[in-house]
Amino acid sequence: MGILLHIGRYFEFLRQVVGRPERTRLYFQRTLEEVDLLGVRSLGIVALLSVFMGAVITLQTSSNIDAAWIPRYVVGFTARQSVILEFSPTIISLILAGKVGSNIAAEIGTMRVKEQIDALDIMGVNSASYLVLPKIVAAMLINPFLIVISMFLSIFGGWVVSIGTGVVSPTDYITGLQWDFDPFTVTYALVKTVVFAFIITSVAAYHGYHTQGGALEVGRSSTTAVVYSSILILIANYLLTQLLLI
Amino acid sequence: MIEVVGLSKRFGDLQVLKGITATFEKGVVNQIIGRSGSGKSVLAKCIVGLHHPEEGRVLYDGRPFFEMSIEEKRTIRQEIGMLFQSSALFDSMTVEENVMFPMRMFTTMDIEAMRERARICLERVDIIGKERLFPAELSGGMQKRVGIARAIALTPKYIFYDEPNSGLDPQTAILIDGLIKELTEEYGTTTIVITHDMNSVMETGQNIIFIHDGQKWWQGDRQELLDSSDQELNDFIFASELMRQARRAITGRLE
Repeated sequence: MGILLHIGRYFEFLRQVVGRPERTRLYFQRTLEEVDLLGVRSLGIVALLSVFMGAVITLQTSSNIDAAWIPRYVVGFTARQSVILEFSPTIISLILAGKVGSNIAAEIGTMRVKEQIDALDIMGVNSASYLVLPKIVAAMLINPFLIVISMFLSIFGGWVVSIGTGVVSPTDYITGLQWDFDPFTVTYALVKTVVFAFIITSVAAYHGYHTQGGALEVGRSSTTAVVYSSILILIANYLLTQLLLI
Repeated sequence: MIEVVGLSKRFGDLQVLKGITATFEKGVVNQIIGRSGSGKSVLAKCIVGLHHPEEGRVLYDGRPFFEMSIEEKRTIRQEIGMLFQSSALFDSMTVEENVMFPMRMFTTMDIEAMRERARICLERVDIIGKERLFPAELSGGMQKRVGIARAIALTPKYIFYDEPNSGLDPQTAILIDGLIKELTEEYGTTTIVITHDMNSVMETGQNIIFIHDGQKWWQGDRQELLDSSDQELNDFIFASELMRQARRAITGRLE
């Protein structure tokens, strides 16, 4: 019953969010601000994680492929496939669900308990749309760029490892990267990213918007938002993979 | 003028409002008083549409609020200003941006005109030279005054004040009370103040509605309140010895 109530309220909330904006120009400005807050300010953590994860994927693949009959360039191939298909779009999105999602839920939840959302409603502003729509649009626009950057940096991390440790020669690594490349895998990754960006922002905003109580409940909303958006990302990941790749 | 007719509101099994009918006059300070949990804030939130009552009507100068479409409600809300108990200023905006916000949303004024209007509103509430500060950098009293400046930015017809004196020292509370009365007379607004501050009731109350047990228990002006023999009302208003002494001094009435 509780889940059905949440599903109903979530879709009702989305209907409010896509309501007609009062001032399109103001929404555009807010979207640009959110691009900076949600995207540009996540670049550091995304870059750091990507470089190290690319390096680790390369090391692990190399240590697990020790049969003489498997060509060494398979290390580069496996690293590329792992990064493009799963690590960058899914794992980075899960990390963003923690960073950005908790931030959105806490921000909107605090506005709710401090009566700022009531103030918007009384002024006649569509508060759900004003607060949430720019965040959803911004994340859906900027996250694909973050993920593409993550892909390049992860592959770069693997290449640095190939030079630094010699577990695979840089030539083999680059040959593997280029071997049997299907550009559709990038399209698949970007489609997933856009869907995940929508889930992260809308689920976090929903939990923040419906916060009731005080500081404790804001914290609880923030945690719940991260949990639910992570679960939904995993479910959507499975469904999209089934739809697009199989 | 705002008319409330037969307003009832329930939360689960709890009947908070039980068919309240009241009229809030234009150009006077209307006060809703009552004990904590009596339903006065719920009544105010029903009037402004933050809560939807199960029964009853709210008429803004004869216009039935709950029967309106969402767009019509949004339009009428632009005629409403509200000061919240917590001031509800937007943390991420400066004082000036807070006051300019309703203008940015609902008018076609250029930035200079909005700045000028914000300056006038802030001057009206005695906030000068604080335009660039953020709400967190202001005292509670200043935040309330900025909240009032934002509420009057679009020269509303109806202004609601939810516990305007809560958390303020007595001197600042008197200043806020004075400001509420002056603005009501100056703009000719329908003003509704939700309070349980008895100083405020005695200073500015012109049309006082006492809510008890979810019902409109009593209605009258300050003099009628002093002369009232209603036991519930007297228990609430004259709970302290100080208030009883004040009544004796004013009316000569003994307990």
